[in-house]
Amino acid sequence: MRLRLSVNGEMREADGVWEGESLLYVLRERLGFPGSKNACEQGECGSCSIYLDGVLVCACLVLAGQAEGREIITVEGIAEGERLHPVQEAFVETGGVQCGFCTPGLIVATHDLLGRNPNPTDREIREALAGNLCRCTGYEKILDAVHLAANRLSSA
Amino acid sequence: MTRAQTTPTRERPRTPVSTPGRVGEHTTRSDGVPKVKGEFEYSSDLWVDGMLWGATLRSPHPRARIWSIDTSEVEAMSGVRAVLTHGDVPGRKVCGMEIPDQPVLAWEHVRYQGEPVAIVAADHPETARRALEKIAVEYEVFEPLTDAEEAMSEEAPRLHLSGNLLRHIHTVHGDVANAAAEADVVVEGEYEVGMQDQAFLGPESGLAVPDGEGGVDLYIATQWLHIDRDQLAESLDLPPESVRLTLSGVGGAFGGREDLSMQIHACLLALNTGRPVKIMYNREESFFGHVHRHPARLRYEHGATKDGDLVYVKARIVLDGGAYASSSLAVCSNAASFSCGPYDVPNALIDTYMVYTNNPPCGAMRGFGAVQACFAYEAQMDKLAEALEMDPVELRIKNAIKPGDRLPFGQEMPEPAPVAELLRRVAAMPMPEEKEVMGRDLRELPGGVSNVTHGEGVNRGVGYAVGFKNVCYSEGFDDYSTARVILSMEGGEPLVQVHTAAAEVGQGLVTIQEQVARTELGVERVSILPADTTVGSSGSSSASRQTYMTGGAVKGACEALRERVLERVRQEFGEDLDDLLLDDGMVFSESRGMLVPLAELIGDEELEENFEFHHKETFPFDENGQGNAHVQFAFAAHRAVVEVDTELGLVRVVEVATAQDVGKVMNPQGLEGQIEGGIAQGLGLALLEEIQVSEGKIQNASFTDYLIPTILDMPPVRAEILELADPDSPYGLKGVGEPPTIASTPAIVSALRDATGQELARVPVKPEQIVGLATKPPDRPPQPGSGGYSGIGRLDERSET
Repeated sequence: MRLRLSVNGEMREADGVWEGESLLYVLRERLGFPGSKNACEQGECGSCSIYLDGVLVCACLVLAGQAEGREIITVEGIAEGERLHPVQEAFVETGGVQCGFCTPGLIVATHDLLGRNPNPTDREIREALAGNLCRCTGYEKILDAVHLAANRLSSA
Repeated sequence: MTRAQTTPTRERPRTPVSTPGRVGEHTTRSDGVPKVKGEFEYSSDLWVDGMLWGATLRSPHPRARIWSIDTSEVEAMSGVRAVLTHGDVPGRKVCGMEIPDQPVLAWEHVRYQGEPVAIVAADHPETARRALEKIAVEYEVFEPLTDAEEAMSEEAPRLHLSGNLLRHIHTVHGDVANAAAEADVVVEGEYEVGMQDQAFLGPESGLAVPDGEGGVDLYIATQWLHIDRDQLAESLDLPPESVRLTLSGVGGAFGGREDLSMQIHACLLALNTGRPVKIMYNREESFFGHVHRHPARLRYEHGATKDGDLVYVKARIVLDGGAYASSSLAVCSNAASFSCGPYDVPNALIDTYMVYTNNPPCGAMRGFGAVQACFAYEAQMDKLAEALEMDPVELRIKNAIKPGDRLPFGQEMPEPAPVAELLRRVAAMPMPEEKEVMGRDLRELPGGVSNVTHGEGVNRGVGYAVGFKNVCYSEGFDDYSTARVILSMEGGEPLVQVHTAAAEVGQGLVTIQEQVARTELGVERVSILPADTTVGSSGSSSASRQTYMTGGAVKGACEALRERVLERVRQEFGEDLDDLLLDDGMVFSESRGMLVPLAELIGDEELEENFEFHHKETFPFDENGQGNAHVQFAFAAHRAVVEVDTELGLVRVVEVATAQDVGKVMNPQGLEGQIEGGIAQGLGLALLEEIQVSEGKIQNASFTDYLIPTILDMPPVRAEILELADPDSPYGLKGVGEPPTIASTPAIVSALRDATGQELARVPVKPEQIVGLATKPPDRPPQPGSGGYSGIGRLDERSET
């Protein structure tokens, strides 16, 4: 099938999409957006977190066909041009990134959290990011990153 | 910066530093920016025009004979470009790091569920998966041998020609038989450790590209490029120079990428089709595609005087190696070496066994044999403290090993070995605040927002543990590392390029290499070239060894380069200048000030130095398990505070405190990341993580059923760092990656015992153990139609099981 959707503000088209393909597969393998990661492909790890019409979803749980005509924002669409978004800056500076495979999902999920709640407490951060598995950091630096980003965004 | 403090926590972010740091400075990772932008290329992101997708048919049976493999139906399928079986492996048909005992593709026998039998390349990954279903394999299924004790008996079927016993280390230290009479108190225990998975997030994947001249380039996520290269060359029947490997982005490793997974398969398909082939496992396949942490049964007897001095330790440790050897020989060595803990034990008699079974193959995972032993010996120390009516920390400090004491394998403990100091420090750290349990926010109670308690039945417990482990490879293995360092001018500024084959797996090795080069050569701009096999081996990113070994190699190459530069300066400015140093891209004399900028000295030249770094020699064990087998020992102590819902068996870990000796803090940020991440994996083993195997079959090959800690499970970590320099290592450093994972597990379980009074002799601890319903989880055979992962491979065979 043919698919038309907006990714990071640009209309994209994919041809010959098999009906069983997930949105994650189409983004990664057909449209050249490999930033969203494929750690579990069953909605447990959050590595493929994206915005679908402004709502945070796991791209692996969305059938590609369901994304027809809709607006997708991936991790590649978070930076403001060459300048890192404050959430991205904070993850780098605090050491919230190690192997980095969970990072794209966490960047999008944190972006979403801070959009809803500009100054979250530890408890709120833990609750909001409970769907994003990280195997390297033990999450301490991720908490640091979220707080740092929140501070910078609210003082900006 | 102020923030709502709801749980006890350490100090919050120090001022971030994004300037490039030198050794010892807080330095952010240079690959962090591409990683946060989604631009960092992991092995699963690799893509070239015209590439094919490979897929692997795996045995659904843990033990079976293969009578035939019929691929004819697949060969006719549209979109399928190749289907290969064992007959298509041109060279050595087996692989393996220590013992080449594992078929590249199975013939005659399969020895574990998930063993590769055939591979397919197709235009679309789904076509490849469907092709697998059309391969007809005729199996004669046998009852699997799944019990490690049974595997050692005479009657057990021999799974390998060499028999089922992979290794037995008989360690005789002092004279246990005679010493036993001196013991006033004896405690015994039997312990069990479940099969943990590395659960790295980036799935096994890579891209093989044929070079058109019979050779192949492989872009791969691995821990050791050269050992992969050597095994590939053997099985592909190619000279090593025709098999070139380049490290791709690695999404975590933790030991799980030491063995080959899809490497040979992708290369075989690429060479066969003449086209690039990508193989990428999904999460379910990943559980079958790499080795796991060895499950273990450990029986211990500790004898002590009434004053609490250890007199002897007797132990019998049985590790289940699963179907193939992987790194089991070395894991066995570690379990034996560290069996008595970091204590001064005058007499010990330890038998450590490693056996083949039809369970999933086990191999390297962070902690590597030291983890299993530590769980048992620390439980014993608690038991002994209770029997002696002594404080458990005091008992440990009393018996803590000191430099000059002999370890049970005969090696003298070198300086520094601050075991007592680490214990004193964790014990002295402030305790986390204990708020009134009733009426708390649900999120601060066991079970959280499941709303299962409002504080009723919740008890707090505190537990301590200390552990240790070797750094670098042992028993005579020379795991050297090679570095190539190039100094040149670029745009008028000095640039240092560092080239090694060392695998950055997430631990931050690229940052360490940059810091070393900046420190040694006094320049700011350092570029780490892609790791590949065009430079000499760096050994494996395992055994907490890369900062020591590759850090040492980069340091050595930089020192040689610096000496070359300074020699030039001496020739130009005076032979007797012995106070030269490089800094800020200039050469200084301490007495005469700035002499010359590097730009002037080097001009258009590229100065290059290569250096091979070797650690001190080690030796194998003799027949009594004695030998100077290890390079360095690293220690960490932990204190865990838990709260337990004693009615439902649910646990909230309140805090883990740790003290660790690291020799030298190379990068504070990287060190903290290793400590916190390592503790999270220790917490996982204590409470959550186990590959459940029934009749040789994995029951929970998914992140839905194999649980790793989430941000809700992981408590704040409080850490104190000791920097006691090791006189033998670069900068005095010690390996830091593994110690956090060793004693954190027993500390948490000790805290659970404190809170519940239960024995808890098995990890991971399940709710039913906590409430005293069962000492181990019930055996759950797969039920027909349960939809479990009882079979993999052909879909029609799944329904049979």
